[in-house]
Amino acid sequence: MEKFEKLTGVAAPLPVINVDTDMIIPKQFLKTIKREGLGVNLFDEMRYDDNGNEVPDFVLNKPQYRNAEILVAGDNFGCGSSREHAPWAIKDFGIRCIIAPSYADIFYNNCFKNGILPIIMPQEEVDALMKDAEKGSNARITVDLETQTVTSSDGEVFKFEMDPFRKHCLLEGLDDIGLTMNRSDEIASFESRAATERPWV
Amino acid sequence: MSPKTLYDKIWDAHLVHEDEDGTSLLYIDRHLVHEVTSPQAFEGLRMAGRKVHAPDKTIAVPDHNVPTTPDRVEGIKNEESRIQLEALDKNATEFGLNYYPVTDIRQGIVHIVGPEQGWTLPGMTVVCGDSHTATHGAFGALAHGIGTSEVEHVLATQTLIQSKSKNMKVEITGKLQPGVTAKDITLAVIGVTGTAGGTGHVIEYTGEAIRSLSMEGRMTVCNMAIEGGARAGLIAPDETTFEYIKGRPHAPKGAQWEQALAWWKTLFSDDDAHWDKVITLKAEDIAPCVTWGTSPEDVLPITGSVPAPESFSGGKVEAAKRALDYMGLEAGTPLSEIEIDTVFIGSCTNGRIEDLRAAAEILKGRKVKDGIRAMVVPGSGLVRAQAEEEGLSEIFEQAGFEWRLAGCSMCLAMNPDQLAPGERCAATSNRNFEGRQGRGGRTHLMSPQMAAAAAVTGRLTDVRDLMAPVAEPA
Ligand code: SF4
Repeated sequence: MEKFEKLTGVAAPLPVINVDTDMIIPKQFLKTIKREGLGVNLFDEMRYDDNGNEVPDFVLNKPQYRNAEILVAGDNFGCGSSREHAPWAIKDFGIRCIIAPSYADIFYNNCFKNGILPIIMPQEEVDALMKDAEKGSNARITVDLETQTVTSSDGEVFKFEMDPFRKHCLLEGLDDIGLTMNRSDEIASFESRAATERPWV
Repeated sequence: MSPKTLYDKIWDAHLVHEDEDGTSLLYIDRHLVHEVTSPQAFEGLRMAGRKVHAPDKTIAVPDHNVPTTPDRVEGIKNEESRIQLEALDKNATEFGLNYYPVTDIRQGIVHIVGPEQGWTLPGMTVVCGDSHTATHGAFGALAHGIGTSEVEHVLATQTLIQSKSKNMKVEITGKLQPGVTAKDITLAVIGVTGTAGGTGHVIEYTGEAIRSLSMEGRMTVCNMAIEGGARAGLIAPDETTFEYIKGRPHAPKGAQWEQALAWWKTLFSDDDAHWDKVITLKAEDIAPCVTWGTSPEDVLPITGSVPAPESFSGGKVEAAKRALDYMGLEAGTPLSEIEIDTVFIGSCTNGRIEDLRAAAEILKGRKVKDGIRAMVVPGSGLVRAQAEEEGLSEIFEQAGFEWRLAGCSMCLAMNPDQLAPGERCAATSNRNFEGRQGRGGRTHLMSPQMAAAAAVTGRLTDVRDLMAPVAEPA
């Protein structure tokens, strides 16, 4: 997995609550058997009209946000389905960090598996960063995972909380499966215990 | 021993390892796999030269993409869908999984097939690359959706890295009124908690109204726990559960049945267990519900009217404006005046035999209103066969419904069953998100009987109005 350490980039403001996974990547793009190439269809139904032309007003179509690497969004981001296509599309577009007051559980988890940092911040702080993001491409925000800080374009520093295990995995770019396989003895002894306690499983 | 919730008990029974910070490795008893969220996981496995750790605990079935028209036996026309199905076929065969291909009568929506075949049992941990895995919680199994990377993790290790959620109790006291169903319970709960109200929690549903539900109804309730933001929904197993499981193909038999039963009977929340959050609703206060917006929390009794965005606060004001705009609705319109053009009965929320019976009950001797497209998509081939045996398919077809083969169908419209832009659908599924049933399509969620009533009148309808004993066809 790709590491996440520190990032300075343009932040796109998306002040919408309950952004669901159908908005992030509609189901017609789930027919792929690959992880790559979904970025062009990120937010497809908001980003393109019925004829496939770009909607000029949509934030990621505006010239100043085309290379955004950070997304600032509303409450309950990523609700809905478990599709990992959502973080794949976000990453493929080039966004590596999301800042929002809260996330849906599965989406939040999925981010970490793909080297995306989802930051949780109180509403007022998200509001402040949203304002900052609205300034466009001159306003670059810095996210530092090591120090758990976000620095706005005018130098204001915000702290955020982060689960230490997830932080460690993201900083090191660790592969979960490899880590777990190191515990294969523990898994085997669990299985032999379970085989007597719950043989019907 | 300190008192535990049902969730605590299942968690403890599956703990392989726990780090100091609470990060835990949980053993997974059942892994359900479908064609959309698994190809990349199998590909990852192959690339790393890994095997499936426990193929006997892994169940694969195609459902999301499959056409539901009879011509599907001749092959699937959409190339991308076909490639996904072929990939599942190859993966299931090569890795030796329990597999129900499209041609098998047991094929259906993964969350209907699992319980039907007795794969889902009380006290188990069940995961699937699909958020509605919560459905299996109806058996007192800890069941939740995972992403594709986690699918790969479970395939390779039969475990999942987790941290523990909080405990939330949702109690529904008393008895449901006529015309009110499990679907209305689960919608009403989301109406109260909001779509983020359960975030970070596992919900246990309790109370008289829940205990009185059949397994089908309990599955409907738990199915939508995820729509309330919860990681999983649970209902403690009881005689209704055991009765349902007994004799199913993969349920324990003989001495193992007795051993299993003895353990299952210990699976309940202790009286003085700690709850981080408690919500209580009276069953008598729940009316047949419909959604008006683009989030499952946008729900009201059918007797209500489209709300004004200004009646909300915070970010919800903008969200409600956007929803009304998308849905093409005006604040103040009585919900029962909203005209529909499509009816969809099916999905893992309401595609089981009891759901079809309830809808057929309303449709008996009635006709779908002219100009309305109505379809029933049974949740599995076996549900379909049973419905045919009971004469339900005949009632549906005589009323003017299309009678389809099993699959997810218009619940998410990945197959050809889709709404056209602006079309409005009375649906028994679980999500009314923008574009969920087709780009620009408008979805109103409700129970099967409410959807049947809407098919008859051509508008959102209080099913209780059709339940009076005057069933003469108009
Ligand atoms: S029926 Fe709908 S909600 Fe259920 S698994 Fe299929 S797509 Fe998902």
